Amino acid sequence: MAALMQLQVDISRKIFRSFEESGQIVALENVRFAADVGEFLCILGPSGCGKTTLLNIVAGLDSNFEGAVSFKTFVDTEHFVQDAYDHREKTPESSRGNSGSRDRELRIGYVFQNPRLLPWRTVEENLRLVLSSEQVQSGIIDKLLTSAELEAFRNTYPSQLSVGMQRRVSLIRAFSIQPDLLVMDEPFVSLDKRMEDNLHQVLLDYWHSSKPSILFVTHHINEALKLASRLLVFSSRPGTLILDIPVELTYPERNTPEIFRDFVTQLSEEYPEIRQIN
Amino acid sequence: MVFRKSSFRVTLLSFVSLLAIWYLVALLANSRIFPPPLDVLEVLLESIAKGELQYHIGHTLMRVFISFVLAMTVGIGIGIALGISKSLDRFFDSWLTLLLNVPALVTIILCYVWLGLVEAAAILAVAINKIPNVIVTIREGARALERDYLEMAQTFKLSRTVVLRHIILPQLAPYLVATTRSGLSLIWKIVLVVELLGRSSGVGFQLHLFFQLFDIASIFAYTLAFVLVIQVLEYGLLQPLERRISRWRR
Repeated sequence: MAALMQLQVDISRKIFRSFEESGQIVALENVRFAADVGEFLCILGPSGCGKTTLLNIVAGLDSNFEGAVSFKTFVDTEHFVQDAYDHREKTPESSRGNSGSRDRELRIGYVFQNPRLLPWRTVEENLRLVLSSEQVQSGIIDKLLTSAELEAFRNTYPSQLSVGMQRRVSLIRAFSIQPDLLVMDEPFVSLDKRMEDNLHQVLLDYWHSSKPSILFVTHHINEALKLASRLLVFSSRPGTLILDIPVELTYPERNTPEIFRDFVTQLSEEYPEIRQIN
Repeated sequence: MVFRKSSFRVTLLSFVSLLAIWYLVALLANSRIFPPPLDVLEVLLESIAKGELQYHIGHTLMRVFISFVLAMTVGIGIGIALGISKSLDRFFDSWLTLLLNVPALVTIILCYVWLGLVEAAAILAVAINKIPNVIVTIREGARALERDYLEMAQTFKLSRTVVLRHIILPQLAPYLVATTRSGLSLIWKIVLVVELLGRSSGVGFQLHLFFQLFDIASIFAYTLAFVLVIQVLEYGLLQPLERRISRWRR
Protein backbone atom coordinates (compact mmCIF):
# COMPACT_ATOMS: atom_id res chain seq x y z
CA MET A 1 0.00 0.00 0.00
CA ALA A 2 1.30 3.38 -0.88
CA ALA A 3 1.81 5.81 1.93
CA LEU A 4 -0.35 8.90 1.90
CA MET A 5 1.52 11.66 0.18
CA GLN A 6 1.10 15.32 -0.59
CA LEU A 7 3.15 16.91 -3.33
CA GLN A 8 3.90 20.60 -3.44
CA VAL A 9 5.41 22.12 -6.57
CA ASP A 10 6.65 25.68 -6.57
CA ILE A 11 8.89 26.38 -9.54
CA SER A 12 9.55 30.04 -10.24
CA ARG A 13 11.79 29.45 -13.23
CA LYS A 14 13.57 26.75 -15.18
CA ILE A 15 16.08 27.85 -17.78
CA PHE A 16 17.95 25.89 -20.41
CA ARG A 17 21.10 27.44 -21.79
CA SER A 18 20.91 27.47 -25.52
CA PHE A 19 23.94 27.33 -27.77
CA GLU A 20 22.27 28.95 -30.71
CA GLU A 21 21.03 32.52 -30.56
CA SER A 22 23.52 33.07 -27.71
CA GLY A 23 20.66 33.04 -25.28
CA GLN A 24 18.65 30.98 -22.94
CA ILE A 25 15.32 29.27 -23.13
CA VAL A 26 12.85 29.68 -20.31
CA ALA A 27 11.18 26.29 -20.19
CA LEU A 28 8.95 26.80 -17.16
CA GLU A 29 7.81 29.88 -15.33
CA ASN A 30 5.67 30.26 -12.21
CA VAL A 31 4.41 26.73 -11.95
CA ARG A 32 2.72 26.32 -8.59
CA PHE A 33 0.34 23.58 -7.59
CA ALA A 34 -0.18 20.99 -4.89
CA ALA A 35 -1.36 17.45 -5.36
CA ASP A 36 -3.37 16.06 -2.52
CA VAL A 37 -3.30 12.52 -1.22
CA GLY A 38 -4.27 10.06 -3.96
CA GLU A 39 -5.11 12.63 -6.61
CA PHE A 40 -4.84 11.79 -10.31
CA LEU A 41 -3.49 14.89 -12.02
CA CYS A 42 -3.33 15.11 -15.79
CA ILE A 43 -1.07 17.75 -17.21
CA LEU A 44 -2.28 18.87 -20.60
CA GLY A 45 -0.20 21.12 -22.80
CA PRO A 46 1.11 21.64 -26.32
CA SER A 47 4.34 19.97 -27.41
CA GLY A 48 7.43 21.67 -26.10
CA CYS A 49 5.73 23.38 -23.18
CA GLY A 50 8.08 21.82 -20.66
CA LYS A 51 5.90 18.96 -19.44
CA THR A 52 8.73 16.42 -19.44
CA THR A 53 11.00 18.98 -17.79
CA LEU A 54 8.44 19.38 -15.03
CA LEU A 55 8.25 15.61 -14.49
CA ASN A 56 12.05 15.34 -14.38
CA ILE A 57 12.17 18.05 -11.74
CA VAL A 58 9.48 16.36 -9.64
CA ALA A 59 11.21 12.98 -9.98
CA GLY A 60 14.51 14.49 -8.84
CA LEU A 61 16.34 13.95 -12.15
CA ASP A 62 16.83 17.66 -12.73
CA SER A 63 17.85 19.79 -9.77
CA ASN A 64 18.93 22.86 -11.68
CA PHE A 65 15.92 25.13 -11.27
CA GLU A 66 14.67 28.01 -9.18
CA GLY A 67 12.04 27.02 -6.68
CA ALA A 68 11.18 24.03 -4.57
CA VAL A 69 9.49 20.67 -4.77
CA SER A 70 8.44 19.06 -1.52
CA PHE A 71 6.69 15.96 -0.36
CA LYS A 72 4.82 15.34 2.83
CA THR A 73 4.41 11.69 3.56
CA PHE A 74 1.87 10.62 6.12
CA VAL A 75 2.94 7.22 7.25
CA ASP A 76 -0.18 6.94 9.35
CA THR A 77 -2.50 9.51 10.83
CA GLU A 78 -0.34 10.23 13.86
CA HIS A 79 3.14 10.55 12.41
CA PHE A 80 4.11 12.28 9.29
CA VAL A 81 7.39 12.65 7.55
CA GLN A 82 8.56 15.41 5.35
CA ASP A 83 10.97 14.99 2.52
CA ALA A 84 11.81 17.92 0.35
CA TYR A 85 14.27 19.13 -2.10
CA ASP A 86 14.53 22.83 -2.25
CA HIS A 87 16.45 24.72 -4.84
CA ARG A 88 15.77 28.33 -4.07
CA GLU A 89 18.65 30.38 -5.30
CA LYS A 90 21.10 31.76 -2.77
CA THR A 91 20.31 29.20 -0.14
CA PRO A 92 23.35 26.96 -0.16
CA GLU A 93 22.07 24.64 2.58
CA SER A 94 18.95 23.90 0.58
CA SER A 95 19.68 20.40 -0.60
CA ARG A 96 17.41 17.49 -0.03
CA GLY A 97 16.40 17.93 3.55
CA ASN A 98 14.14 15.94 5.77
CA SER A 99 12.75 16.33 9.19
CA GLY A 100 11.04 14.01 11.60
CA SER A 101 11.40 10.27 11.76
CA ARG A 102 11.34 8.49 8.46
CA ASP A 103 9.76 5.12 8.18
CA ARG A 104 10.97 4.69 4.67
CA GLU A 105 12.06 6.70 1.68
CA LEU A 106 9.56 8.27 -0.63
CA ARG A 107 9.01 6.04 -3.64
CA ILE A 108 8.49 7.47 -7.08
CA GLY A 109 7.54 5.25 -10.00
CA TYR A 110 8.44 6.81 -13.35
CA VAL A 111 6.83 5.54 -16.54
CA PHE A 112 8.87 7.07 -19.32
CA GLN A 113 7.67 7.84 -22.81
CA ASN A 114 9.97 5.10 -24.10
CA PRO A 115 9.67 2.02 -21.92
CA ARG A 116 13.39 2.14 -20.99
CA LEU A 117 13.56 -1.56 -20.26
CA LEU A 118 17.05 -3.00 -20.19
CA PRO A 119 17.25 -4.90 -23.48
CA TRP A 120 19.88 -7.32 -22.13
CA ARG A 121 17.68 -8.47 -19.27
CA THR A 122 14.51 -10.56 -19.49
CA VAL A 123 11.10 -9.23 -18.49
CA GLU A 124 11.35 -10.87 -15.07
CA GLU A 125 14.91 -9.64 -14.51
CA ASN A 126 13.86 -6.11 -15.43
CA LEU A 127 11.25 -6.23 -12.68
CA ARG A 128 13.46 -8.00 -10.16
CA LEU A 129 16.14 -5.34 -10.57
CA VAL A 130 14.06 -2.50 -9.10
CA LEU A 131 12.81 -4.52 -6.14
CA SER A 132 14.35 -5.37 -2.80
CA SER A 133 14.76 -9.05 -1.93
CA GLU A 134 11.85 -8.86 0.51
CA GLN A 135 9.64 -7.42 -2.20
CA VAL A 136 10.69 -10.19 -4.59
CA GLN A 137 9.87 -12.82 -1.96
CA SER A 138 6.44 -11.33 -1.41
CA GLY A 139 5.50 -12.73 -4.81
CA ILE A 140 4.62 -9.34 -6.28
CA ILE A 141 6.29 -10.16 -9.60
CA ASP A 142 4.00 -13.12 -10.24
CA LYS A 143 0.98 -11.11 -9.22
CA LEU A 144 1.76 -8.22 -11.54
CA LEU A 145 2.77 -10.43 -14.47
CA THR A 146 -0.54 -12.26 -14.13
CA SER A 147 -2.58 -9.09 -13.91
CA ALA A 148 -0.89 -7.69 -17.02
CA GLU A 149 -1.23 -11.02 -18.86
CA LEU A 150 2.53 -11.28 -19.28
CA GLU A 151 3.28 -14.54 -17.42
CA ALA A 152 4.12 -16.34 -20.64
CA PHE A 153 6.77 -13.74 -21.41
CA ARG A 154 8.67 -13.61 -18.14
CA ASN A 155 11.81 -15.09 -19.70
CA THR A 156 11.55 -13.08 -22.90
CA TYR A 157 13.89 -10.24 -23.81
CA PRO A 158 12.17 -6.87 -24.40
CA SER A 159 13.17 -6.69 -28.08
CA GLN A 160 11.05 -9.78 -28.72
CA LEU A 161 7.93 -8.10 -27.36
CA SER A 162 5.53 -5.78 -29.18
CA VAL A 163 5.63 -2.10 -28.27
CA GLY A 164 2.36 -2.45 -26.40
CA MET A 165 3.74 -5.28 -24.30
CA GLN A 166 6.94 -3.34 -23.57
CA ARG A 167 4.77 -0.48 -22.35
CA ARG A 168 2.88 -2.89 -20.11
CA VAL A 169 6.12 -4.17 -18.59
CA SER A 170 7.28 -0.61 -17.99
CA LEU A 171 3.92 0.12 -16.35
CA ILE A 172 4.03 -2.82 -13.94
CA ARG A 173 7.67 -2.08 -13.20
CA ALA A 174 6.53 1.29 -11.87
CA PHE A 175 3.64 -0.38 -9.98
CA SER A 176 5.92 -3.01 -8.50
CA ILE A 177 7.77 -0.67 -6.18
CA GLN A 178 4.40 0.38 -4.71
CA PRO A 179 5.06 4.04 -5.41
CA ASP A 180 3.71 6.93 -3.37
CA LEU A 181 3.81 8.98 -6.53
CA LEU A 182 3.48 7.75 -10.10
CA VAL A 183 5.01 10.02 -12.70
CA MET A 184 3.95 9.24 -16.26
CA ASP A 185 5.21 10.90 -19.42
CA GLU A 186 2.82 10.24 -22.33
CA PRO A 187 3.16 6.55 -21.61
CA PHE A 188 0.51 5.38 -24.09
CA VAL A 189 1.42 7.45 -27.12
CA SER A 190 1.35 5.68 -30.52
CA LEU A 191 -0.65 2.66 -29.40
CA ASP A 192 -3.74 1.44 -31.20
CA LYS A 193 -7.09 2.34 -29.66
CA ARG A 194 -7.79 -1.11 -28.23
CA MET A 195 -4.39 -1.35 -26.54
CA GLU A 196 -4.72 2.19 -25.24
CA ASP A 197 -8.14 1.49 -23.70
CA ASN A 198 -6.78 -1.68 -22.17
CA LEU A 199 -3.84 0.11 -20.56
CA HIS A 200 -6.05 2.96 -19.35
CA GLN A 201 -8.12 0.35 -17.54
CA VAL A 202 -5.03 -1.33 -16.05
CA LEU A 203 -3.87 2.04 -14.78
CA LEU A 204 -7.25 3.06 -13.36
CA ASP A 205 -7.67 -0.31 -11.64
CA TYR A 206 -4.26 0.11 -10.04
CA TRP A 207 -5.04 3.66 -8.97
CA HIS A 208 -8.40 2.68 -7.44
CA SER A 209 -6.89 -0.18 -5.48
CA SER A 210 -3.58 1.37 -4.33
CA LYS A 211 -4.34 5.10 -4.37
CA PRO A 212 -0.97 6.56 -5.22
CA SER A 213 -0.86 10.17 -6.34
CA ILE A 214 -0.38 10.38 -10.10
CA LEU A 215 1.13 13.02 -12.37
CA PHE A 216 0.24 12.11 -15.93
CA VAL A 217 1.41 14.13 -18.91
CA THR A 218 -0.47 14.06 -22.20
CA HIS A 219 -1.39 16.31 -25.08
CA HIS A 220 -4.72 14.63 -25.78
CA ILE A 221 -7.70 16.21 -24.08
CA ASN A 222 -9.72 13.00 -24.33
CA GLU A 223 -7.07 10.94 -22.62
CA ALA A 224 -6.70 13.54 -19.90
CA LEU A 225 -10.44 13.72 -19.21
CA LYS A 226 -10.81 9.98 -19.27
CA LEU A 227 -8.23 9.47 -16.55
CA ALA A 228 -7.80 12.55 -14.39
CA SER A 229 -9.46 13.55 -11.18
CA ARG A 230 -8.00 17.00 -11.77
CA LEU A 231 -6.83 18.73 -14.92
CA LEU A 232 -3.87 21.11 -15.19
CA VAL A 233 -3.48 22.98 -18.47
CA PHE A 234 -0.15 24.48 -19.51
CA SER A 235 0.53 27.26 -21.99
CA SER A 236 3.18 26.92 -24.67
CA ARG A 237 6.74 28.02 -23.89
CA PRO A 238 7.52 29.25 -21.35
CA GLY A 239 5.24 26.68 -19.80
CA THR A 240 3.05 28.10 -17.12
CA LEU A 241 -0.12 26.90 -15.45
CA ILE A 242 -3.19 28.50 -17.06
CA LEU A 243 -5.98 26.27 -15.81
CA ASP A 244 -6.48 24.04 -12.79
CA ILE A 245 -9.91 22.40 -12.56
CA PRO A 246 -11.34 19.22 -11.07
CA VAL A 247 -12.84 16.70 -13.49
CA GLU A 248 -16.28 16.09 -12.11
CA LEU A 249 -17.45 13.04 -13.97
CA THR A 250 -17.63 9.59 -12.40
CA TYR A 251 -15.52 6.85 -13.94
CA PRO A 252 -18.50 4.74 -15.08
CA GLU A 253 -19.89 7.85 -16.82
CA ARG A 254 -16.62 8.31 -18.70
CA ASN A 255 -17.10 4.86 -20.22
CA THR A 256 -20.42 5.90 -21.76
CA PRO A 257 -19.48 7.50 -25.09
CA GLU A 258 -22.39 9.99 -25.31
CA ILE A 259 -22.02 11.32 -21.81
CA PHE A 260 -18.25 11.59 -22.23
CA ARG A 261 -18.50 13.38 -25.58
CA ASP A 262 -21.00 15.91 -24.21
CA PHE A 263 -18.79 16.48 -21.21
CA VAL A 264 -15.71 17.20 -23.35
CA THR A 265 -17.69 19.58 -25.59
CA GLN A 266 -19.19 21.40 -22.66
CA LEU A 267 -15.87 21.74 -20.89
CA SER A 268 -14.04 23.10 -23.91
CA GLU A 269 -16.80 25.68 -24.43
CA GLU A 270 -16.52 26.72 -20.84
CA TYR A 271 -12.72 26.90 -20.92
CA PRO A 272 -11.44 28.10 -24.31
CA GLU A 273 -7.86 27.50 -23.08
CA ILE A 274 -8.38 23.78 -23.59
CA ARG A 275 -9.23 24.20 -27.26
CA GLN A 276 -5.85 25.67 -28.11
CA ILE A 277 -4.08 22.50 -27.14
CA ASN A 278 -4.98 20.11 -29.93
CA MET B 1 31.50 -25.98 -32.62
CA VAL B 2 29.03 -26.91 -35.34
CA PHE B 3 30.38 -27.10 -38.85
CA ARG B 4 28.21 -27.76 -41.80
CA LYS B 5 29.57 -30.71 -43.71
CA SER B 6 30.54 -28.79 -46.84
CA SER B 7 32.29 -25.99 -44.93
CA PHE B 8 34.22 -28.62 -42.96
CA ARG B 9 35.32 -30.21 -46.21
CA VAL B 10 36.56 -26.87 -47.52
CA THR B 11 38.54 -26.24 -44.34
CA LEU B 12 40.10 -29.69 -44.53
CA LEU B 13 41.03 -29.22 -48.16
CA SER B 14 42.58 -25.86 -47.36
CA PHE B 15 44.75 -27.38 -44.60
CA VAL B 16 45.86 -30.30 -46.73
CA SER B 17 46.84 -28.08 -49.64
CA LEU B 18 48.81 -25.79 -47.32
CA LEU B 19 50.74 -28.82 -46.05
CA ALA B 20 51.26 -30.02 -49.61
CA ILE B 21 52.68 -26.67 -50.73
CA TRP B 22 54.95 -26.59 -47.69
CA TYR B 23 56.15 -30.10 -48.46
CA LEU B 24 56.79 -29.31 -52.14
CA VAL B 25 58.70 -26.11 -51.40
CA ALA B 26 60.81 -27.93 -48.81
CA LEU B 27 61.50 -30.68 -51.32
CA LEU B 28 62.61 -28.19 -53.97
CA ALA B 29 64.70 -26.14 -51.54
CA ASN B 30 66.27 -29.25 -50.06
CA SER B 31 67.93 -27.18 -47.34
CA ARG B 32 68.34 -27.27 -43.56
CA ILE B 33 66.81 -23.82 -43.29
CA PHE B 34 63.46 -24.90 -44.81
CA PRO B 35 62.51 -28.22 -43.21
CA PRO B 36 59.56 -30.33 -44.46
CA PRO B 37 56.45 -30.93 -42.29
CA LEU B 38 57.49 -34.35 -41.04
CA ASP B 39 60.83 -33.09 -39.68
CA VAL B 40 59.00 -30.35 -37.82
CA LEU B 41 56.54 -32.86 -36.38
CA GLU B 42 59.43 -35.01 -35.22
CA VAL B 43 61.10 -32.07 -33.45
CA LEU B 44 57.75 -31.11 -31.95
CA LEU B 45 57.10 -34.58 -30.51
CA GLU B 46 60.65 -34.82 -29.22
CA SER B 47 60.32 -31.47 -27.45
CA ILE B 48 57.02 -32.54 -25.91
CA ALA B 49 58.56 -35.81 -24.75
CA LYS B 50 61.35 -33.93 -23.01
CA GLY B 51 58.80 -31.58 -21.46
CA GLU B 52 60.56 -28.49 -22.85
CA LEU B 53 57.70 -27.25 -25.01
CA GLN B 54 55.15 -27.37 -22.19
CA TYR B 55 57.55 -25.67 -19.80
CA HIS B 56 58.26 -22.72 -22.09
CA ILE B 57 54.72 -22.30 -23.41
CA GLY B 58 53.50 -22.48 -19.82
CA HIS B 59 55.81 -19.65 -18.81
CA THR B 60 54.80 -17.55 -21.77
CA LEU B 61 51.08 -18.09 -21.11
CA MET B 62 51.54 -17.17 -17.48
CA ARG B 63 53.12 -13.85 -18.50
CA VAL B 64 50.40 -13.27 -21.09
CA PHE B 65 47.74 -13.92 -18.47
CA ILE B 66 49.17 -11.69 -15.73
CA SER B 67 49.95 -8.75 -17.99
CA PHE B 68 46.56 -9.12 -19.67
CA VAL B 69 44.67 -8.96 -16.37
CA LEU B 70 46.79 -6.00 -15.26
CA ALA B 71 46.29 -4.10 -18.51
CA MET B 72 42.53 -4.76 -18.59
CA THR B 73 41.95 -3.73 -14.98
CA VAL B 74 43.87 -0.47 -15.25
CA GLY B 75 42.63 0.27 -18.77
CA ILE B 76 38.95 -0.33 -18.01
CA GLY B 77 39.06 1.90 -14.93
CA ILE B 78 40.77 4.78 -16.72
CA GLY B 79 38.70 4.25 -19.88
CA ILE B 80 35.40 4.56 -18.03
CA ALA B 81 36.63 7.67 -16.18
CA LEU B 82 37.72 9.38 -19.42
CA GLY B 83 34.54 8.36 -21.21
CA ILE B 84 32.33 9.84 -18.50
CA SER B 85 34.27 13.01 -17.63
CA LYS B 86 34.84 15.45 -20.45
CA SER B 87 37.39 17.54 -18.54
CA LEU B 88 39.51 14.51 -17.56
CA ASP B 89 39.38 13.38 -21.15
CA ARG B 90 40.53 16.74 -22.48
CA PHE B 91 43.42 16.83 -20.00
CA PHE B 92 44.72 13.29 -20.58
CA ASP B 93 44.07 13.04 -24.30
CA SER B 94 47.55 14.20 -25.31
CA TRP B 95 49.18 11.83 -22.80
CA LEU B 96 47.19 9.02 -24.35
CA THR B 97 48.26 9.97 -27.87
CA LEU B 98 51.90 9.94 -26.74
CA LEU B 99 51.57 6.54 -25.05
CA LEU B 100 49.78 5.05 -28.05
CA ASN B 101 52.70 5.97 -30.28
CA VAL B 102 55.64 4.90 -28.11
CA PRO B 103 57.15 1.84 -29.80
CA ALA B 104 56.79 -1.38 -27.78
CA LEU B 105 60.53 -1.89 -27.89
CA VAL B 106 61.17 1.44 -26.15
CA THR B 107 58.89 0.55 -23.23
CA ILE B 108 60.54 -2.84 -22.90
CA ILE B 109 64.08 -1.43 -22.92
CA LEU B 110 63.18 1.30 -20.41
CA CYS B 111 61.48 -1.16 -18.05
CA TYR B 112 64.50 -3.47 -18.11
CA VAL B 113 66.93 -0.59 -17.59
CA TRP B 114 64.97 1.02 -14.78
CA LEU B 115 63.74 -2.10 -12.96
CA GLY B 116 66.44 -4.61 -13.93
CA LEU B 117 66.07 -7.89 -15.81
CA VAL B 118 63.31 -9.18 -13.55
CA GLU B 119 59.90 -10.75 -14.05
CA ALA B 120 58.06 -7.65 -12.80
CA ALA B 121 59.79 -5.49 -15.42
CA ALA B 122 58.80 -7.91 -18.18
CA ILE B 123 55.15 -8.02 -17.15
CA LEU B 124 54.94 -4.29 -16.59
CA ALA B 125 56.43 -3.57 -20.01
CA VAL B 126 53.82 -5.73 -21.72
CA ALA B 127 50.95 -4.22 -19.71
CA ILE B 128 52.09 -0.65 -20.46
CA ASN B 129 52.01 -1.46 -24.15
CA LYS B 130 48.46 -2.70 -23.98
CA ILE B 131 46.89 -0.22 -21.54
CA PRO B 132 46.48 2.72 -24.00
CA ASN B 133 44.57 0.49 -26.44
CA VAL B 134 42.23 -0.71 -23.70
CA ILE B 135 41.65 2.88 -22.59
CA VAL B 136 40.78 4.08 -26.08
CA THR B 137 38.30 1.26 -26.73
CA ILE B 138 36.59 1.41 -23.32
CA ARG B 139 36.45 5.22 -23.48
CA GLU B 140 34.50 4.88 -26.71
CA GLY B 141 32.09 2.52 -24.98
CA ALA B 142 31.67 4.74 -21.93
CA ARG B 143 30.92 7.74 -24.14
CA ALA B 144 28.09 5.81 -25.73
CA LEU B 145 26.40 4.89 -22.43
CA GLU B 146 22.66 5.58 -22.61
CA ARG B 147 21.54 8.41 -20.33
CA ASP B 148 18.02 6.99 -20.44
CA TYR B 149 18.96 3.91 -18.46
CA LEU B 150 20.98 5.89 -15.92
CA GLU B 151 17.97 8.15 -15.33
CA MET B 152 15.76 5.10 -14.93
CA ALA B 153 18.25 3.77 -12.38
CA GLN B 154 18.18 7.08 -10.54
CA THR B 155 14.40 7.28 -10.23
CA PHE B 156 14.17 3.68 -9.06
CA LYS B 157 17.03 4.34 -6.62
CA LEU B 158 19.13 1.42 -7.83
CA SER B 159 22.37 0.82 -5.93
CA ARG B 160 25.80 1.46 -7.43
CA THR B 161 26.59 -2.21 -7.76
CA VAL B 162 23.30 -2.89 -9.53
CA VAL B 163 23.95 0.00 -11.93
CA LEU B 164 27.47 -1.24 -12.67
CA ARG B 165 26.45 -4.86 -13.13
CA HIS B 166 23.14 -4.51 -14.93
CA ILE B 167 23.39 -1.19 -16.75
CA ILE B 168 27.01 -0.17 -17.36
CA LEU B 169 28.81 -3.47 -17.95
CA PRO B 170 26.22 -4.89 -20.38
CA GLN B 171 26.59 -1.74 -22.50
CA LEU B 172 30.38 -2.03 -22.39
CA ALA B 173 30.32 -5.76 -23.21
CA PRO B 174 30.94 -5.46 -26.96
CA TYR B 175 33.85 -3.10 -26.27
CA LEU B 176 35.23 -5.48 -23.64
CA VAL B 177 35.10 -8.36 -26.10
CA ALA B 178 36.80 -6.27 -28.79
CA THR B 179 39.59 -5.15 -26.50
CA THR B 180 40.05 -8.67 -25.11
CA ARG B 181 40.43 -10.12 -28.55
CA SER B 182 42.79 -7.49 -29.90
CA GLY B 183 44.53 -7.53 -26.52
CA LEU B 184 45.42 -11.19 -26.57
CA SER B 185 46.86 -11.04 -30.06
CA LEU B 186 48.89 -7.94 -29.24
CA ILE B 187 50.08 -9.16 -25.86
CA TRP B 188 51.37 -12.55 -26.89
CA LYS B 189 53.46 -10.95 -29.61
CA ILE B 190 54.99 -8.45 -27.20
CA VAL B 191 55.58 -11.11 -24.55
CA LEU B 192 57.81 -12.97 -27.00
CA VAL B 193 59.93 -9.86 -27.55
CA VAL B 194 60.19 -9.28 -23.81
CA GLU B 195 61.33 -12.86 -23.32
CA LEU B 196 63.82 -12.61 -26.14
CA LEU B 197 65.41 -9.50 -24.64
CA GLY B 198 65.61 -10.32 -20.98
CA ARG B 199 64.19 -13.62 -19.75
CA SER B 200 65.60 -17.13 -19.59
CA SER B 201 62.36 -19.01 -20.18
CA GLY B 202 59.37 -18.84 -22.48
CA VAL B 203 58.76 -19.18 -26.18
CA GLY B 204 60.56 -15.92 -26.99
CA PHE B 205 63.69 -17.09 -25.17
CA GLN B 206 63.62 -20.42 -27.02
CA LEU B 207 63.16 -18.75 -30.41
CA HIS B 208 66.17 -16.59 -29.70
CA LEU B 209 68.19 -19.70 -28.88
CA PHE B 210 67.08 -21.49 -32.07
CA PHE B 211 67.88 -18.38 -34.08
CA GLN B 212 71.46 -18.47 -32.86
CA LEU B 213 71.65 -22.21 -33.67
CA PHE B 214 69.90 -21.76 -37.04
CA ASP B 215 67.47 -24.46 -35.90
CA ILE B 216 64.54 -23.64 -38.19
CA ALA B 217 62.69 -26.91 -37.54
CA SER B 218 62.39 -26.00 -33.87
CA ILE B 219 61.28 -22.47 -34.71
CA PHE B 220 58.52 -23.93 -36.89
CA ALA B 221 57.57 -26.41 -34.19
CA TYR B 222 57.26 -23.75 -31.50
CA THR B 223 55.35 -21.43 -33.81
CA LEU B 224 52.82 -24.12 -34.70
CA ALA B 225 52.35 -25.16 -31.10
CA PHE B 226 51.84 -21.58 -30.02
CA VAL B 227 49.36 -20.75 -32.78
CA LEU B 228 47.44 -23.86 -31.79
CA VAL B 229 47.26 -22.79 -28.15
CA ILE B 230 46.01 -19.31 -29.11
CA GLN B 231 43.34 -20.83 -31.38
CA VAL B 232 42.16 -23.07 -28.54
CA LEU B 233 41.80 -19.95 -26.37
CA GLU B 234 39.87 -18.17 -29.12
CA TYR B 235 37.38 -20.98 -29.82
CA GLY B 236 37.23 -22.49 -26.37
CA LEU B 237 37.03 -19.30 -24.34
CA LEU B 238 36.47 -16.07 -26.26
CA GLN B 239 33.80 -17.12 -28.73
CA PRO B 240 31.56 -18.92 -26.20
CA LEU B 241 31.92 -15.88 -23.94
CA GLU B 242 30.92 -13.55 -26.74
CA ARG B 243 27.88 -15.65 -27.62
CA ARG B 244 26.79 -15.69 -24.00
CA ILE B 245 26.84 -11.95 -23.55
CA SER B 246 25.12 -11.17 -26.83
CA ARG B 247 22.32 -13.70 -26.51
CA TRP B 248 19.73 -10.97 -25.83
CA ARG B 249 20.20 -9.50 -29.31
CA ARG B 250 17.67 -10.52 -31.89
